[in-house]
Amino acid sequence: MPELSVSISSITAKKRRPQEALLYGFIYLLSGGAAALVVCLIVYVLAKGLPAVSFAFLSSAENPILETVGIFPSIVNTLYIVFFSLLVSVPLGVGGAIYLNEYAKNRRLVRLIEFAAETLSGIPSILYGVFGYVFFCVLLKLQVSLIAGVLTLAVMVLPILLRTAQEALKAVPESYREGSRGLGAAKWYLIRTILLPCALKGILTGILLSVGRMVGESAALLLVAGGSAMYMPQGSVFAQLSRSGSTLSVALYRYAASRGDNDTAFGIAAVLLLIVVLLNLLTRFFAGRLEKK
Amino acid sequence: MNQAKLYTKDLHLHYGEIHALKGVSMEFPARFVTALIGPSGCGKSTCLKTLNRMNDTVPGVKITGKVLLDGEDVYAKNVDVPTLRKKIGMVFQSPNPFPMSVYDNVAYGPRVHGLKNRLALDEIVEESLKAAAIWEEVKDRLKKPALRLSGGQQQRLCIARALATKPEILLMDEPTSALDPISTAKIEELAVELKKEYGIVIVTHNMQQAARISDYTAFFLLGNLVEHGPTSDIFSNPKEKRTEDYISGRFG
Repeated sequence: MPELSVSISSITAKKRRPQEALLYGFIYLLSGGAAALVVCLIVYVLAKGLPAVSFAFLSSAENPILETVGIFPSIVNTLYIVFFSLLVSVPLGVGGAIYLNEYAKNRRLVRLIEFAAETLSGIPSILYGVFGYVFFCVLLKLQVSLIAGVLTLAVMVLPILLRTAQEALKAVPESYREGSRGLGAAKWYLIRTILLPCALKGILTGILLSVGRMVGESAALLLVAGGSAMYMPQGSVFAQLSRSGSTLSVALYRYAASRGDNDTAFGIAAVLLLIVVLLNLLTRFFAGRLEKK
Repeated sequence: MNQAKLYTKDLHLHYGEIHALKGVSMEFPARFVTALIGPSGCGKSTCLKTLNRMNDTVPGVKITGKVLLDGEDVYAKNVDVPTLRKKIGMVFQSPNPFPMSVYDNVAYGPRVHGLKNRLALDEIVEESLKAAAIWEEVKDRLKKPALRLSGGQQQRLCIARALATKPEILLMDEPTSALDPISTAKIEELAVELKKEYGIVIVTHNMQQAARISDYTAFFLLGNLVEHGPTSDIFSNPKEKRTEDYISGRFG
């Protein structure tokens, strides 16, 4: 029986088949390359940027007369924009997702809204900028201001939040809904006690994605919130929001593009990188605490 | 007049074009186990779900006829559905404990109905877990996630959860179809034990199970209630040829 002996020898063979070895090598190469690229980028930005970062750099405003640079206003503006945009868009996005998934009866309308949200989350941000300029700055007379920036970015990240929250809700097993209904629970009780806690991780992913997009946004914000970084924040939060001002990304763009000041640009990039890491950790921390409850 | 705890009268149910229940009239007495048997798609699960209105939210569903609990129409406009489901509890086909602790699972129902008192909840949780014959296994891990229990334990936990709202009738929709034989035996024992206090309606694919634990059996076919009577009669002396064919395994 020659065939049998062949098959036995192939089972006990220790050597990996050559194609397989090649494939493994290729996969290791690609994933190693991807990881190396990310690490190199981070190291490069920090290495080039950190020398420019000093206490004065972080704590002062730009002064064109003394020709000093400072990014304190931009840091504050970035945090304001991220925080207030989320304040507007998270309730809308999560609420909308709950409505679409748990209440809406018209399946065709739901699909239409899903399709629209998907399309909107993919279009270039400058379109949101133009819309925000015409609608918030001009029509609602908010002028070029942080509040216009907040609202524009809230609109921009809304589709992302809506879709991720919706996917998270869809992933909750139907049997939980059935079980809860079988015990006589009303829909809102079910949402509060089971659906939202289960969907929390997915909603969080949406928030992190949104934060990333907002922190990195420059074009739209330059249009609706302005590009200055000369004024130290003062007065009430509302007063600050109604002034114009640049976020870190916008400031970075200005320094790099219109002045060719690459040292400052890299300094801002390093700060930006650290802020993103910090925001991610913060979101995770709050989510962890919520989950424990 | 009909003295049964719960009964249906000329119950019809349509899912859009499909006529899933065709004039079902039967009773579900308290303190007995009633088994609903029949091949897949015969309407037995649908019939079970109409009893506590779990079909209400299915799109395109139309229900006519009556379901009466203690003489009151379950489908009347002024019926409070949460209260109805408190009185008629339900256990599902595959165990579906919520992703929370054992304690919170059992306390879920009472909390839905507004009970907040810690001591009262403790008492209900212990009582219900004891009634579902799972107290000894979980009493030391009430705060642990329910999803870490085995499948059979999860199903008994779901029974405890259903008992915690102090129902009068317990509906079980193929409660052992996802379980191993030993867990199945435990659930069956439990059903027989529970009928001392509750009316039990069980849908099952397993005819031996119906024969073992039920007092009354109803045989469904294509949406019709073919035959309904004491289990011993149905299994030893069926009146209808179709019942006999199904029970003797000629189809299904």
